[in-house]
Amino acid sequence: MPVPEQNEFFIDPNRCIGCQACVQACSECETHKGFSMIQLDYVDRAHSVQTAPVICMHCDSPTCAEVCPADAIKKTGDGVVQTARKPRCIACNNCVLACPFGVPKMKTDFKLMMKCDMCYDRTSEGLKPMCATVCPSQALFFGTRGEIEALRPRSVPISQFQFGEQRISTKVKIMLPRTGKAEYLDVTEAMDEKVTGKSISLNILDGMYSEAGAE
Amino acid sequence: MKGRQDEQLSLPPDGRSLAEQPKWRQDFPIDWPEDHYVSRRDFTKFMVLTSFAFVIGQVWIALQNYFRTRRGDPAIRQIATADQVPIGGALTFEYPYPHDTCLLLRLNEQEFVAYSQKCTHLSCAVVPQLESNRLYCPCHEGAFDLASGAPTAGPPQRPLPRIKLEIYGDAIYASDVELRTT
Repeated sequence: MPVPEQNEFFIDPNRCIGCQACVQACSECETHKGFSMIQLDYVDRAHSVQTAPVICMHCDSPTCAEVCPADAIKKTGDGVVQTARKPRCIACNNCVLACPFGVPKMKTDFKLMMKCDMCYDRTSEGLKPMCATVCPSQALFFGTRGEIEALRPRSVPISQFQFGEQRISTKVKIMLPRTGKAEYLDVTEAMDEKVTGKSISLNILDGMYSEAGAE
Repeated sequence: MKGRQDEQLSLPPDGRSLAEQPKWRQDFPIDWPEDHYVSRRDFTKFMVLTSFAFVIGQVWIALQNYFRTRRGDPAIRQIATADQVPIGGALTFEYPYPHDTCLLLRLNEQEFVAYSQKCTHLSCAVVPQLESNRLYCPCHEGAFDLASGAPTAGPPQRPLPRIKLEIYGDAIYASDVELRTT
């Protein structure tokens, strides 16, 4: 049974409080016990405790699958990119290097790439992914578009990302400030910008922070 | 086909449709729906080729069966003379080939029987116990009837192969091996 059409995954990195609950919940899953498929990245560790959760974005045209020489990475009919298939994966690390979001993890002990598959055993039966069920600040949110719009009236979901010349559209959405009016998130451009402490000056985030300051 | 059109299929990097893509990309699609789809033509091709392979195999077996050299019946061979075996005694011999150990048993003045010594359970050597009227297998407490070779106790299910005997005067000949299931 495919993932119900109305439920989508929304990530709101601004809301992440770095509690690691999602990491724990993920590593308790029966299908990959002890290994978490989600990680928290520190945005600028020297100056800030701000973290951002990283799960598979489930690209519409997955780069990891494009570069796989063994035809091991497959995407389901409802758009979920699966972990490498064990009989085929040759542990070549191509997908790990190619993924622009840094999602696939090479388990050298198993000679297998493992990655977030949006808890396909759960979501395909209408349940929420583990990380989204435990996230206390709802930085990871799994629900309908109507629900997220009601909850976050000042944010808008974005599913287009620019990495150099590669434009990627994803199944998972990232919440951005509505005032930014961005059609896509230019990740490589944002990387060049100097990030210091509280004054994060991503172009797209400017609007939200000035708005927040005015309140 | 209607269901397949609803699926969200990956777009190749050059942006052209799947039909315009090179053969390797069509053969190894990223998407489950494309990967699992078997066209009628591919299925028919597979069925025809496998059936053909089976036919070739059968013909090959038939040809081999026709041309192979047959071993034929085992040769009649003298195994003992009557005075070598006392009444109630036993003698081992090898028939039809070396290492096929058999037992020749003399039940009374006129009556001789012979069986393969291999227990029909797990091929241990059976031991004649003429006083209890049986052939005894010590491995798993199996026993066979002396007169017929039929199993009477223990795990063996089939009787011992009987060696056909022919007696000309004083000489005892083995002429055939009779494999039995009941």
